[in-house]
Order: sequence, then C-alpha cells, then structure tokens
Amino acid sequence: MEMFADGKWLAVVFLGLMGISMLAYVILDGYDLGVGILLHRASDEHKDVMISSIGPFWDANETWLVLGVGILLVAFPSAHGVILTALYLPVAVMLLGLILRGVAFDFRVKAEAHHKPLWNFAFYAGSLLASFSQGVMLGLYITGFNYGALSLLFALITGLCLCAGYGLLGSGWLLMKTTGELQQQAVVWAQRSLWLTGLGIAAISIVTPMVSQRIFEKWFTLPYLFMLMPIPIATAILFFVIDRALRRLPKRLAEGNEYGAWVPFAATVGIFLLAFYGLAYSLFPYLVVDHIDIWQAASAPESLKIILAGTAVVLPAIFGYTIYAYRVFWGKARELTYY
Amino acid sequence: MFDIDPVLLARAQFGANITFHILFPTISISLTWVLLFFKMRYNSTGDMKWMDAYKFWVKIFALTFALGVVSGITMSFQFGTNWPGFMETVGNIAGPLLAYEVLTAFFLEATFLGIMLFGFNRVSNRVHTIATLLVAIGTTMSAFWILVLNSWMQTPVGFEMINGKAHATDWLAIVFNPSFPYRFTHMMLASGLTVAFLVAGISAYRWLRGDRADSVLAALKTGVYLAAMLIPLQILAGDMHGLNTLKHQPAKVAAMEGVWNTERGVPLLLFAIPEEKTRTNKFEIGIPKLASLILTHDPNGEVKGLNDFIGKHPPVFQVFWAFRIMVGVGMLMLAVSWLAAWQLNRKGETHPWLTRALIGMSFSGWVATVAGWYVTEIGRQPFLVYGVLRTADAASTVSSGMIATTFFMYLITYVVLTISYISVVFYLARKAGEPLENTPVSADVAGTSIPPQLSTNKP
Repeated sequence: MEMFADGKWLAVVFLGLMGISMLAYVILDGYDLGVGILLHRASDEHKDVMISSIGPFWDANETWLVLGVGILLVAFPSAHGVILTALYLPVAVMLLGLILRGVAFDFRVKAEAHHKPLWNFAFYAGSLLASFSQGVMLGLYITGFNYGALSLLFALITGLCLCAGYGLLGSGWLLMKTTGELQQQAVVWAQRSLWLTGLGIAAISIVTPMVSQRIFEKWFTLPYLFMLMPIPIATAILFFVIDRALRRLPKRLAEGNEYGAWVPFAATVGIFLLAFYGLAYSLFPYLVVDHIDIWQAASAPESLKIILAGTAVVLPAIFGYTIYAYRVFWGKARELTYY
Repeated sequence: MFDIDPVLLARAQFGANITFHILFPTISISLTWVLLFFKMRYNSTGDMKWMDAYKFWVKIFALTFALGVVSGITMSFQFGTNWPGFMETVGNIAGPLLAYEVLTAFFLEATFLGIMLFGFNRVSNRVHTIATLLVAIGTTMSAFWILVLNSWMQTPVGFEMINGKAHATDWLAIVFNPSFPYRFTHMMLASGLTVAFLVAGISAYRWLRGDRADSVLAALKTGVYLAAMLIPLQILAGDMHGLNTLKHQPAKVAAMEGVWNTERGVPLLLFAIPEEKTRTNKFEIGIPKLASLILTHDPNGEVKGLNDFIGKHPPVFQVFWAFRIMVGVGMLMLAVSWLAAWQLNRKGETHPWLTRALIGMSFSGWVATVAGWYVTEIGRQPFLVYGVLRTADAASTVSSGMIATTFFMYLITYVVLTISYISVVFYLARKAGEPLENTPVSADVAGTSIPPQLSTNKP
C-alpha cells in the first residue's frame, strides 16, 4: 500500500477536478440544452432570439463535457472503460443528440430557407435526446448499472426529470437574456418545469440510499443526519424562492421592471449545486457504486502529476477567459440583424 | 443474427467516426489562418474586398467548426466504449497527451470562437483580430497534441512496461517521437492544401456563375497561389515521411508498395491487385527499379517484403490503394494549381475549363487526407500501438449486435451530414452572389454579424 501513498491525494484531486468539470457541464450546457428543448414550443420569431441567446456560448459549454469525460479517461482509465461500456446505448443516443443539435445550430440559418423548420426540429430533437439520455445515464449510474425493471423505470424517471431540470435552467436563462413576450413565456415554461425537477431530486434522494447500505448509513446515522439536514432544507427553500419569484415576475416584467429576473436562474443553479453535493457525498470514494473506488482506478502517479501541472496553469486561464467571454456578451441577447 | 467479428465492427465504427471527424478539423485548422490573413490584409490596406472575403469564409468556418466539435465529442467517448484496453494499457501516456489537447487548445478555440464569430459588434477591431489569432493558435495546438499521440502510437518510445502497463520514462522523447516531426508537417500541409483548394474551388464556382465581386477574385488568387506554393512542399514532406516510415515500420511501406518478397531493384507499381490468399499481385503494371530508387535512393537497393512480416503486417489491398489514391490526388493538385497560378498571373483569370476543374477539386483535399490517414492507420495494423498492443487485445466486450446497431445509426448520420455540409457550402456561395435585398433579413441570426459601418453596401 505504501507504493500508492504518494498517489492517494492525486486521485482525490482529480476526482475533484472531474466533479467541477461535470458540474460546470451540467449547469452550462444544461441551460443551452434547456433552451433547445423549449425551442419547440416557441414561435418562429422567438426561435431566432432564443438561439442567438446561446449562440456564443454553446461550443465552450460542451467542451466541459469533453474535459469531464477526458479526466475520467486519463485519470481513471479502467473506470472509464467499465462505465462507458455499461452505458453504451444511452451514450450513443446522447452523442447522436449532441451531433444533431450542434450541426442544426449552424444549418438552420445557413441551409436554404425552406429547410429551416427541419433543422429547427433537429435542434429541438437533438437537445431532447441528449438531455434525456444524460438523465437515463444518471439513473443507471446511481443504481450501479442494474438493468432490472425497477432500475430502468427509475432511469426513465431521472431522464424525464433531467429534461425538466434543463428546461428550468433554460427558461431561467431566457428570463435574463430576453425581453417582452418571450420573457413572459419563459416564466410559464419555468413554472411547468419546476415541479418535475422537484420530483426528480426527490426520486434520486430516496433511491440513492436504498441502493447501498453504505450510503444509507452515511446519511441516516447520528450525528450525520443532523449535520446533513441543511442540504435538503436549503434545497426546499430554493424551490420555494423560485416558485415565489415566478408568481411575482409576470406583473413586474410587464411594467418593465427587471428586478429579480435573475432569481430563478441563480436559485436553479443553487439547487443543482446542492443536488450535486449530495450525490458526491453519497458516492465518495467510489466511481462505480460500491465496486470501483478512485484509488483502484487511478493512473500512475507520475502521469497524474504531469497532467496536474498543466491543469494548474490552464484551468485559471480557462476560468479567466470564460468570464471575459460572458462579460463581452453580457446583457440582453440582441436580435442580430443583417445590416 | 450478427456473426461479424466484433473487433472488425468496432474498427469499422471507430474508423467511420474518425473519418467523419477528420474532414472538419482538416479545414478549420488552416481556414483560421487564411481568415487571419484576410483580416490582416484588411487591417493594413483598408480594402473592403478582404473584409468581404472574411465575412463569407467565416460563415463556412463556423459551420465547419461546429461539425468538428460534435464529431470530436463522439471520439472522447468511443475511446472507452470501443477500446477499453487502449487506456488500460497505455493510459499513462495517452492520458496526459489527450488532457493537454483538451486543456490548452480546445478551450482556447471554443471560448474565443464566440468572440471571433459573434463579437464583432461588441469588441474593438483589435480584440477581434486577436481572438481570430487565438483561435488559429488553438486549432493548431489541438492538432499538435493529437499528432503527438498518434505518432507515438506509430513509433512508441520513452516508456517502460511494468505489469503490462506502459509507464512514461522520458516525456520529451514521447512528445518528439521519431515519426512526429514528419507526420505533423505532412498533416499541416495537408490541411493547408485542403483549404487552398476549397477556397479556390468555391471562389471559382462563384466566378463561373458571374459573381465578379473583388472579394471573389481575391479569394480565388489566395487559394490558387497557396495551393501552388504548398504542393511541392507537401510532395517533399511526404517523401521524407515515407523514408521515416521505412525506417520504423517497414511492413507498412511493403504494403504501400505491394512488395511480397524482399528484393533488390523493386519496380514502382502503378497498378496491381494484391491478393492476400495467394500472397501475390495480379495485373501488375510498374516502372522498373523506381520504388528502390525512391525508397533507398539506389536503383538496386533492397526493399523488405511482406513475407518477412507474416502475422505482423497490415491488410495489403487497402493500404496499397489508399496510398495510390493519395499520391494520385496530389499529382492532380500539382498540375491544376500550377496551371491555374500561371494563367492567373498571365491573364488575370482562369480559362473556363480550368475554372471547372478547380470547382471539381473543391473537396479534393478531403480525398487525399482521408486516403493518407487510411495508409498510416490501416498500415499500423494489426497493432493499436505499434509493437506494444494489438488491436484485438484492446477491443471491448460489447456485443456485435449492439455495435452494429449504433454503427448504422452513426453511419447514416454521417452520410447525411457530409452531404448537407457540401451542399450548404455551395448554397452559401450562390447566396453570397445574390443582390442583398433578396436575402431574408433573419438569414444570419446565428451567423456572423458585421457592423453596418463596415458594410460595402451602405448607401
């Protein structure tokens, strides 16, 4: 074991980096996937605005997925193989979805005008497929890749609820980035997504401790039960905050008052953070529930150190210019007109 | 239901995916540098034609980049789904290289791309030029790291095997492994040529349709002159790359040349049907002693034959013909680009039949590049990492049926998207030539927006 003593902290660091990347992906690509799902319900005129609100960001947002999966691949190679082989089909469907929406984004405005509705549909369908399969993967992952009927039902529920969660993020984003009729529409979309998102988080909170005795004990023994109570309580409060904001916003926005338009988005991000934290706490230190832990799966320490050196230099730079890019495109999405 | 070998299916699927993927980076790597050239010409001359050329080509760039990103995401997953044994065996070396690719390059591109494409109204001209430069550097660095990894898989050095896993001993040797400088140069030139012919071909298309905008001629000249300049360099680089391969992977070269027995004074085969069953070539047509001359710089030099590598050499037919297609397209490129450059120099335009030839060769770079990759990748078989890891040992346990289903799903998507891409590029070229009032106002919402004060069409 002393041979790995040196590598022990490295595996934890990389687990943290992977967690940050995955979290960044879920929140950042989450809102643009959400906008894609909502696209189907919007008028043609609104579709253009919705797309232009995510236009400058989606490339970089999806790159977080490559980074997250990349870290899994380079830091925990054997777990990468096991997880992705177990999730072969949903991964393939997700990739198809991401391909469809990525290309539709460009084709919808560049192909001949009468093809535009087709590409709009591809953008919506791609976003929906990608979101749903990510949710299904989450469900399968939590149950430790059990393909029994109940686990599959749970995975379908998480798939559905993740679509709703992304829809909530997406409508929160539109609330901040758009005006007028579309902004009002976003309030309605957010209200509809809210309860399904709540259902998803509740389902995950109930099922996760049922899968593993170890996880059950981590949550439901004293003193942990009390120490962890703030997580569900804070989540419930955030749901309440969003609900209240959504009730008040239509009137306020109609009067041209933008106060609090950012609240639903920020609170949704808060909910995702808490849910992520709860899940991470349950699973640690396992990459595959109760089967493969991070130290069994980690690469050789000398390779991890090389990657870490590069990451330490580059990650702050990435944060720096991501913030810069968001600042450049700050404010309401402009209806980009052609001359 | 599916009796096909799962390893073959996994290879076909991965091959289809990587073939589809490489089409787009091949364009975007060099197209950013061409865009930077247009932008800097505009900055220094103030001539609107350069900005118009930029505006047109940046749309094609955005489209290309999007296709590259989505097909690239697929790659990062298929490493695990198709070749779990790859990362388990050489993950300690491949891991950091892939990580550096994503970290240093991907983010640089993806983040500044937003500013490059959509930030024209929001940042100063200088910041916009810098964003373009950073995207160009990003795409090139991406290619650098990926080619390091690929070259290392061809000529692995700087590591030791401990308990069946590769551990790095010398990172500098790994990065600058023996085939890397050649492969990197060869690929960069391939990218440059692909873009040169694309820019020349699409501009020729607009020219032939009667679009006489200054920007069309400027782009046509840029494309033709760039092609004429790069093609001799590429032939030289290709030759050196071949000699490097002969040194490190003689079995691959034997397959490329269709040489079964080790011989002296080997002819250069122009045509042949190599048959693996009988281990002979049918219908050989060749130029005596030329292969020996090219490979050993001696007409009677000895070339190792495939029979020296039984069980360790690649499938011959594919490598042999992929190589001939690549070289054939290269020769065609030389003829067309030099003739076009000469005509442009003398008469200021190209003869209509040459213009048509240029249009026909718009995507010729793709053919040569893909054929070249087939030579080097199929040529590495039966190994995944040459001499270290066999492809069959790295394959996953996923069933044939599952792979076949997803394979056809991917394949259909790729065919549809490639056709869509090509037709949209030509459609954009037609649309660019139309008078502006005919263009739908919302046509460019997600495309690029150029501030009105820079437009040539302002009243």
